[in-house]
Amino acid sequence: MSGEKLRIGFIPLADAAALIVAVDKGFAAAEGLDVELVREVSWANIRDKLNVGLFDAAHLIAPVAIASSLGLGHIKVPIIAPIVLGTNGNGITVSPALLVAMAAAADGDIVDPAVSARALARVVAARKAKSEEPLTFGMTFPFSTHNYQLRFWMAAGGVDPDEDVRLVVLPPPYMVESLANRHVDGFCVGAPWNSVAVDFGVGCIAQFGCDIVARAAEKILAVRGRWAQDNPDVVARLVRAHRRAADFIDDAANRDEVAALLATPSRIEVAPEVIRRTFEGRIKVAPGGMTRTSTRYLVVGRNGAARPDPAQAAWLYAQMVRWGQAPLSPALLAAAKAVFRPDLYDAALAVPDAKPVGEPTDHIGAFAGPAFDPDDVAAHLAAWQVRGR
Amino acid sequence: MDASLKIVIVDENPIRAAILEEGLREAGHVNVVRLDDTSHLLARVYAIDPDVILIDLENPSRDVLEQMFQVSRAVRRPVAMFVDQSDAASIEAAVDAGVSAYIVDGLRKERVQNILDLCISRFNAFARLQDELDRTKSALEERKVIDRAKGILMSAKNLSEDAAYALLRKTAMNENKKIAEVAQSVITAAELFK
Repeated sequence: MSGEKLRIGFIPLADAAALIVAVDKGFAAAEGLDVELVREVSWANIRDKLNVGLFDAAHLIAPVAIASSLGLGHIKVPIIAPIVLGTNGNGITVSPALLVAMAAAADGDIVDPAVSARALARVVAARKAKSEEPLTFGMTFPFSTHNYQLRFWMAAGGVDPDEDVRLVVLPPPYMVESLANRHVDGFCVGAPWNSVAVDFGVGCIAQFGCDIVARAAEKILAVRGRWAQDNPDVVARLVRAHRRAADFIDDAANRDEVAALLATPSRIEVAPEVIRRTFEGRIKVAPGGMTRTSTRYLVVGRNGAARPDPAQAAWLYAQMVRWGQAPLSPALLAAAKAVFRPDLYDAALAVPDAKPVGEPTDHIGAFAGPAFDPDDVAAHLAAWQVRGR
Repeated sequence: MDASLKIVIVDENPIRAAILEEGLREAGHVNVVRLDDTSHLLARVYAIDPDVILIDLENPSRDVLEQMFQVSRAVRRPVAMFVDQSDAASIEAAVDAGVSAYIVDGLRKERVQNILDLCISRFNAFARLQDELDRTKSALEERKVIDRAKGILMSAKNLSEDAAYALLRKTAMNENKKIAEVAQSVITAAELFK
């Protein structure tokens, strides 16, 4: 096969689906792209290999692209997102023991994140009163949607994530084992790891990511800003190939085929049934077999989700400021928004995406606090009592 | 030589870790600790309280170390990646060799440059060694396959060992294949006829 040779790095997670389908179904080849997908083991590796040019593009967690573009915690390399590969898909899973304790402390329906967050705060307070060890929660990376969703949720209930509990970084494949060994009491991670924990009988999904934030850009197709400038045609072809892959994944008639493609050992290597349930949004939340469904659980391209939305970047930057990872400045906010490039997405497509229907008016839809204004991060921060220092 | 620096090597490959440790000791670094198991990595790193941490890129626990960039209660001494804006070549060489280095914030770069250089060269040397080993192994495998095919031909066609080998070689040349490939076909065919 000939064509533009590209190396694209990915982490084995369900939201790498568009990348895998674009290659394995020949959508990338149809655009004249000869893509080699390289499976990686850490976000730090993906970031570094993309930064130094060992990868041309990568499956990347959206906040890492923003952190890299702003030079937070690492060298500054501007990264851009011409297409979003996954929206939502995370979950907060807790040990059965913690869920029992939270249920006992709940003042309403525990599926409501406001109720579960207050219940967690009561459990945390009770442990403190008895001088017990603080609860420990795992998340995937300091600059991650998982870190921010976990913090947003518990802080809304009155838990200070830096003072009242311990947050630790864990690689996704180690999450389930760590919960089983009681090294952590809960975690926030992407699909399929929450379901894997439930299937192993060691965890219960307390909250879907989309309960906390209704529309959260999760993984992007990341390329270096400089590279995008030098290769505008390749960027457009990448957008088209992945848009086509997203449509293929969203078509329910293709579920079995998509699940089988993703399940292979060189790709995600998880039982096809788990992947199928993920894309159907039909999630087993407790080892006993209780199931919850949500059409928002993990969205690939549906309803405008693939189109980069700068409001999403602004919300992620606001979380970085809230938790002390970044200073607040108009210049940094503008730089963060510039990571998400709807202009490149639109330019690549012959037929533009239809306007999303039934989505949150502020583009975010968080369960607590006032509507998000992407031009006024200070107002977002002023709404919270619990914040980093 | 800056023998006072405390260095931690996180590498699940014990041979590579030993090669690196030996190199560091030869260079005069006496404070070297190897961690080959990454459970409770952060707690163990804090207990050792190193100045420099070297970790291989095949290690998923690399993301755990990234937590040490954060200024928070959980992190006692902030750590930085051993690169700066002017140093693209250095990070590229390290990533290419498959290793990453973290240093305690505030440590002057010149004090650790030789450690990173040594680390990169030892990682590259290990990769070459591994490559050679793989090639030797596959050569050995081919040898075995050819010997078995020779044996099959010797008994089936009543040939001497030299004649059996000559036949394999001639067929390989005619078919534009490797001798080992022809030998494998002979074995496969013999198994079918069993």
